[in-house]
Amino acid sequence: MNPLQARDLVIDIPGRADGKALNFVIQPGQIWGVLGPNGAGKTTLLHTLAGLRAPRAGEISLGNHPLAHLKRKKVSQQLGLVFQERQDGFPATVLETALIGRHPWLSPWHMETGDDEGIARRSLEQLDLADLSGRLVNTLSGGERQRVAIATVLTQAPDTWLLDEPTNHLDLHHQVSVLQLLTEQAHAGNAIFMCLHDLNLAARWCDHLLLLYPNGDVCWGPAEQMLVPAALERLYGQELLTVEVDGAPVFVPRKTG
Amino acid sequence: MQGYSRPLASLALISLLCMVLSVSIGSAALTLADTWAVLTGAGTPLQQTLVLELRLPRTLSAFATGGLLAVAGALMQVLLRNPLADPYILGLSGGAAVGALFAMLAGLAGVLVSGSAFAGALLATFLVFGLAHGTGSWTPSRLLLTGVVVAAGWGAIITLILAISPARQLPGMLYWLMGDLSHAGSPVPALVLLTMVCGLVFPLGRSLNVLARGALQAAALGVSVRRLEWLIYVLASLLTATAVSMAGSIGFVGLVVPHMLRLVFGNDQRLILPACALAGGSLLVLADTLARVVIAPEQLPVGVITALLGVPTFLYLLYRSR
Repeated sequence: MNPLQARDLVIDIPGRADGKALNFVIQPGQIWGVLGPNGAGKTTLLHTLAGLRAPRAGEISLGNHPLAHLKRKKVSQQLGLVFQERQDGFPATVLETALIGRHPWLSPWHMETGDDEGIARRSLEQLDLADLSGRLVNTLSGGERQRVAIATVLTQAPDTWLLDEPTNHLDLHHQVSVLQLLTEQAHAGNAIFMCLHDLNLAARWCDHLLLLYPNGDVCWGPAEQMLVPAALERLYGQELLTVEVDGAPVFVPRKTG
Repeated sequence: MQGYSRPLASLALISLLCMVLSVSIGSAALTLADTWAVLTGAGTPLQQTLVLELRLPRTLSAFATGGLLAVAGALMQVLLRNPLADPYILGLSGGAAVGALFAMLAGLAGVLVSGSAFAGALLATFLVFGLAHGTGSWTPSRLLLTGVVVAAGWGAIITLILAISPARQLPGMLYWLMGDLSHAGSPVPALVLLTMVCGLVFPLGRSLNVLARGALQAAALGVSVRRLEWLIYVLASLLTATAVSMAGSIGFVGLVVPHMLRLVFGNDQRLILPACALAGGSLLVLADTLARVVIAPEQLPVGVITALLGVPTFLYLLYRSR
C-alpha cells in the first residue's frame, strides 16, 4: 500500500495561528487516534488529510505522489473516509448506501454486478446490518446509521481508513465490535487514523496518538508515550484520575465541587 | 439495481399511447384505427394533412417540452440536493420570460420571440451562476438563495413590462407566460437534445447517485464534484432554456414528475432520468390534449392545465410523505 504522509502540514483553521507543523506517516498496520477538545480541528485535520480541504501550508502525499496531483478516483481507491455528519436529501436503502462504496472501483460504463452486491452484503453482515439491508437509511437510529457509514467504507475497501468519531452514537457492544473490526483491518496490513472523543477507547485500541490542542499546538507519537496524565489534563482542561486495569491506564475525570 | 428495461419499456408504451390519443383527438375526431392508418402511410389526404402536418408536430413538441422539463428538474434536484427543486428554481424562466416579452413588446413574433427567450434564459443562468460563484465558495444553499432572489427580480421586470405594454399585446404575453404550445416550431432539435442527454446520463448516472449524498461524500468516493456540478448546471439550463423557448414557462412538470417517479422507482438516476423524459413527455402530451379540447374551439394555455393537475398532486404527495 501507499502510506499517507503529512509533511510540514498546517491545517487551515480561520483565525488561528499556524502552531506546530505536522510531520508523520501512517504506516500499514498502525492504528492512530486523534484526541482533542471540541473545536481543536480534528475534523478539519481529517478532511485535509483526505484532500477535501486545502492545507494552509505543507504537503500530503500518498506513497510518492502528492495527494493534490492524484485523480480523485485513484485517491478514493486507497483512502476511505467515515464522515461525522451525513446528509440524506434523497431516501436510499441501507444496501444501496453500502453499495456506493464500490463507486471508486467501477468504470462509468459498468453497472454494479452481483459481485459488487455480494461485497456490500458481506460488509453489512460484519456490522450487524444484514437484517436492515432493505430499510431506508433515514428511518434508522443514529447508531445504525453510523454503522451503515462504516459498512460503506468497508465496501470501498481502502488501504488507509480515516474516521471521524466512528464510535459516535454506538452502544458499548457496537463500539467494541467496530474497534475490533478496525483492528482486524490494521492486522491485515491497512492503516487506521481516527478522531476519538473517548480517551479510554483511544488508550485501549490505538498504538499511536496525536494530541491536538485548541491553540494549534500538537504532539504525536506511540500511544504509551502520549498517555501522560499532565498532557491529557492540559489537552482537555480537565483534571483526571488514573487507575490501572489489565496493566493499562484508565482515565477518569475528577469530580469537582 | 438491475432491471431498468421493464419500467422504461412500460413508460415508452404509455408515451406512445398518449401520443396516438393526442393525435386522434381534436376538432375533427379520428378513430384510433384512422390515426394508425395515417401513421403507417395510409388514410385519406385530408386525414394525412390533419395528422402529419397539424397535430403530430404539436404532439411531438409537447412531448419534447415535457421530457426536457422533467429531466432538467431531476438534474436540478441532484445539483441542489433538494428533492423539491424545479427547473425554474434558479430564475431561468424569469430570464426567458423577460427576453420573450421584450421581443413581443418590440413587435417581433415567432422564431425571434423564441430566440430572445433562449437568450434571456442563458443570461439568467450566467447571472445566477456568476453571482453565486463570486467569491469561489459555491454551496447548494448559496446557489439556491441567489437563484430565488434573482427570480424575484425577473418577476418585477415581467410585471413592469406587462404594465407598460399596449392592451392589444397583453393576451399574447399572458399566454406565453402561462405556457403555450401553439407556436412551438419544429420539435426536432428538442427531441435530439433530449435523446442525447438521456444517452449521456447513463455513464454519468452513478456519479450523480453519489453526488446526491452530498458533495464531500461524493469527493471522498472519487467524484470530481466541481466538474460534475458545472456539467449538471449547464445541461439543466440548456434543457430548460430549450423547453422555455419552445413553449413558454410551463410549471410543475419539472417538479412533480421527478418527485413522483422517485417515490415509485427509488433514486437511481440511471433509471429516473430516462423515466423522467418519458413520463414528463407523456404528461405534457395529455395536458396539451386537454388544453385543446376543454373549451374547443378555443385553447387553454397548457401551463394552466399542468398547474391545475400538479398543485393537488404535489400537495397530496407532500402530505403523504410526512
